[in-house]
Amino acid sequence: MATAQTRTLSRIMMAPAVIVLLIWMIVPLVMTLWFSFQNYSLINPMMTGFAGWANYLYVIGDPSFTQSLVNTLILVGGVLAITVIGGTFLALLLDQPIWGQGILRIIVISPFFVMPPVAALIWKNGFMHPGYGMLGHLWKFFGLQPVDWFNQYPLFSVIVIVAWQWLPFATLILLTALQSLSEEQREAAEMDGANAINRFYYIILPHMARSITIVILIQTIFLLGIFAEIRVTTGGGPGYASTNIAFLVFRTGILSNDIGAGSAGGVVAVVIANVVAFFLMRAVGKNLDA
Amino acid sequence: MGSISLKNVKKSFGEVQIIPDISLDIKDGEFVVFVGPSGCGKSTLLRLIAGLEDTTAGTILLDGEDMTKAPPARRGLAMVFQSYALYPHMTVRDNIAFPLKMAKASKEEIDKKVEYAARTLNLSSYLDRRPRALSGGQRQRVAIGRAIVREPKAFLFDEPLSNLDAALRVNMRLEITELHQQLKTTMIYVTHDQVEAMTMADRIVVLNAGNVEQFGSPLDLYKKPANRFVAGFIGSPKMNFVDGPEAAKHNAHSIGVRPEHFKLSKTAEAGTWKGKVGVAEQLGSDTFLHVHVDGLGLMTIRTDGDQTFSHGDDVYLTPDQTRIYRFDAAGKAI
Amino acid sequence: MARNVSVQTRIGFTIAAWAIALLLFSPILWVLLTAFKTEAEAIASSPTFFPQTFTLENFGAVQDRSDYFKHAFNSIVVSVGSTLLGLIIGIPAAWAMAFAPTKRTKDVLMWMLSTKMMPAVGVLIPIYLIFRDLRLLDTLQGLTIIMTLINLPIIIWMLYTYFKEIPVDILEAARMDGAELWNEIVHVLVPMAVPGIASTLLLNVILAWNEAFWTITLTSGRAGTLTAFISSFSSPQGLFLAKLSAASLLAIAPILLMGWFSQKQLVRGLTFGAVK
Ligand SMILES: Nc1ncnc2c1ncn2[C@@H]1O[C@H](COP(=O)(O)OP(=O)(O)OP(=O)(O)O)[C@@H](O)[C@H]1O
Ligand SMILES: [Mg+2]
Repeated sequence: MATAQTRTLSRIMMAPAVIVLLIWMIVPLVMTLWFSFQNYSLINPMMTGFAGWANYLYVIGDPSFTQSLVNTLILVGGVLAITVIGGTFLALLLDQPIWGQGILRIIVISPFFVMPPVAALIWKNGFMHPGYGMLGHLWKFFGLQPVDWFNQYPLFSVIVIVAWQWLPFATLILLTALQSLSEEQREAAEMDGANAINRFYYIILPHMARSITIVILIQTIFLLGIFAEIRVTTGGGPGYASTNIAFLVFRTGILSNDIGAGSAGGVVAVVIANVVAFFLMRAVGKNLDA
Repeated sequence: MGSISLKNVKKSFGEVQIIPDISLDIKDGEFVVFVGPSGCGKSTLLRLIAGLEDTTAGTILLDGEDMTKAPPARRGLAMVFQSYALYPHMTVRDNIAFPLKMAKASKEEIDKKVEYAARTLNLSSYLDRRPRALSGGQRQRVAIGRAIVREPKAFLFDEPLSNLDAALRVNMRLEITELHQQLKTTMIYVTHDQVEAMTMADRIVVLNAGNVEQFGSPLDLYKKPANRFVAGFIGSPKMNFVDGPEAAKHNAHSIGVRPEHFKLSKTAEAGTWKGKVGVAEQLGSDTFLHVHVDGLGLMTIRTDGDQTFSHGDDVYLTPDQTRIYRFDAAGKAI
Repeated sequence: MARNVSVQTRIGFTIAAWAIALLLFSPILWVLLTAFKTEAEAIASSPTFFPQTFTLENFGAVQDRSDYFKHAFNSIVVSVGSTLLGLIIGIPAAWAMAFAPTKRTKDVLMWMLSTKMMPAVGVLIPIYLIFRDLRLLDTLQGLTIIMTLINLPIIIWMLYTYFKEIPVDILEAARMDGAELWNEIVHVLVPMAVPGIASTLLLNVILAWNEAFWTITLTSGRAGTLTAFISSFSSPQGLFLAKLSAASLLAIAPILLMGWFSQKQLVRGLTFGAVK
């Protein structure tokens, strides 16, 4: 399958995909880098010229940056903790002999298909609203004072919404991995006299380790860019209490029209994502030859 | 027309040289079989002829025309794959019609040729089935049908029968031979089953490590093997080889005797080799005796099925003096 | 799975699993029920489960207030359009990588994947400015282009893993049968890969439909998709709860159905073939 002719054809066949992705990757990124060293504001056209590291110093020096960075880490870490631990248990539970497994799978995966703004608005208005949200009603039922979630615990509230969306993803992938563990392997372990806990630690967990890694890495990629959930619920506030890096760039660049500083923030976001991407690529790449 | 000639064809995959240098002339209408041990480059050679791989060097001529660089679609050859490679999403009819559609044949012509191929191959009642719903033998026939409708210059078969069970293999072997006699089109057939090679071929190419060891008619190969490799490869059970002083008596580095070229007796005679029977494989018509010959090692002897030997019997072997093959130190026949 | 367990254990597991599943599902259930309630009932201080007075007027109101059909149309154009465009670019590329691989194929695949990891905010500003200058802001064309680009790596990866499962013999047979590349792809590869291509299509329509960064930042009114449409409800005080639910239900229902059909392929698609 390798004549010179097929090789030539295959280059031609790949060209469109490679070219558009190359442009997509390089052009905006170079522009972002360029802008990040410029004085460039859409509001103040007088501000022009080379800015040196000023944008970076401005962005990184601003307390909102530190807070956004911390928020990003808490958001990603919190959601990962909930989804990976919850997903593992849920997958184990769904793998048990239960009635209606097929329907359950469908029910459990559903939140993943809910578009982010809808997810956010359902939680904001239907559940977390202190006046008429379901959680408010529940609190009142137990004689408690309803909580104003988005004002009192803005970041936590966002974490809950995002975790709700991603828990099904983790569950589904871990369940798939679990189901590929052959029955024979399990039976062999049972014959060897391993009890349920030992089986979990020595057979099931090692088998799922790779899938868990992949879940963590893929979710991290998406979670670093969480945007809509913040945009339609807290708007990043109060103050910067629920602003992550992605939202900060949007606030600075688009809402405040400070292209230079926004770009510097964008570059920082790219750097963070690349660190994660490096590890994800290694995990996926290893699987390529298999 | 369908003569095929290879001139100094070489093939390497990266650094690895698979075919060092092969030249071959296959005449129009000939049935040529490529045999050789696994991994010797039979499929590679076939794929070079088909145009599915590029030659590293050399020329491939089809009917005298240089086709070395032509894509498979332009070479006018048809190929039958070991896996059948039927199009699973098409009915048998559409599978057979596909090459004609590609050649932009008219609807009537397609129908006529498909009907004809189906009748020839006993596929008429399966035309509307998908390959999935056919047996292995039927699938193979569809693959052949797809090959014959385009009236190719030559057919290329890559171990087409190796996925079939033994009985079916014999049947299909006959069918392909008959097809060849009917169509009189050049066929190149790859196999490592030497019964297929011997029974089907006009001429056999014996390949070893990418080299042609011998190219000749089945009987030539059997009677006049060019070297020790061919002698050992052609014929079943394998030829027995003897080195050392016994071979020196015949002025050779080594000598070979085929299992069927022994006289066997239970009583001692002059000039015979003495041995003890090990395993006796009784096939009914024949018996294969594995005899431990004193000083010469294990030999396989073929006798008719009527004589009975059992483990541990003493036997005396007399090789037919006119049918001893002699080889020099390099393995060449002398 | 044929493990032997007592009926009691089985009942226990079943109850636990259903309880958790329904808890997870409750927000969607809430939308489903509230969409048919009156606004007054939706915010009543003692909540009802089923709508007491079943009404469809929320749906009418949603259409009147912000033109649901226009946004739905935009969503369909962008998600289906970008996916088809992605398939047109992706099928030949995946063919090349699956059936004529070179030493560099693996690197190219990894590189394509890496473009997926670039955070959107990293390029938001230049894209915004380029779109502004090319007058692509708030247009369906602009949005379709972006959506094609961000989903192309997933499309190629999914197709690649599906194509890899097709025996190369069959494509070679087509070549021997006289098929040129175009015929080989159109008459042999694509029909054989229909299930894989369909899953790729489905998953990418879902992803594009739910994409909520570019659709919100690059549109304002004209080209707004359903994500933008829903975001416009972001501060529905008091009397909007039932209408919000109706709008949400309309926005998620079609994709939820598609998602249920494609959930098996989803795993493969979103893990780039690493988990099957
Ligand atoms: N695409 C390839 N890249 C690298 N090496 C290859 C390739 N195709 C075949 N080879 C090598 O070339 C040699 C000959 O292979 P080929 O398939 O021609 O053998 P064969 O005689 O058909 O064997 P078999 O009887 O097992 O089918 C083998 O060692 C094989 O590993
Ligand atoms: Mg072979």
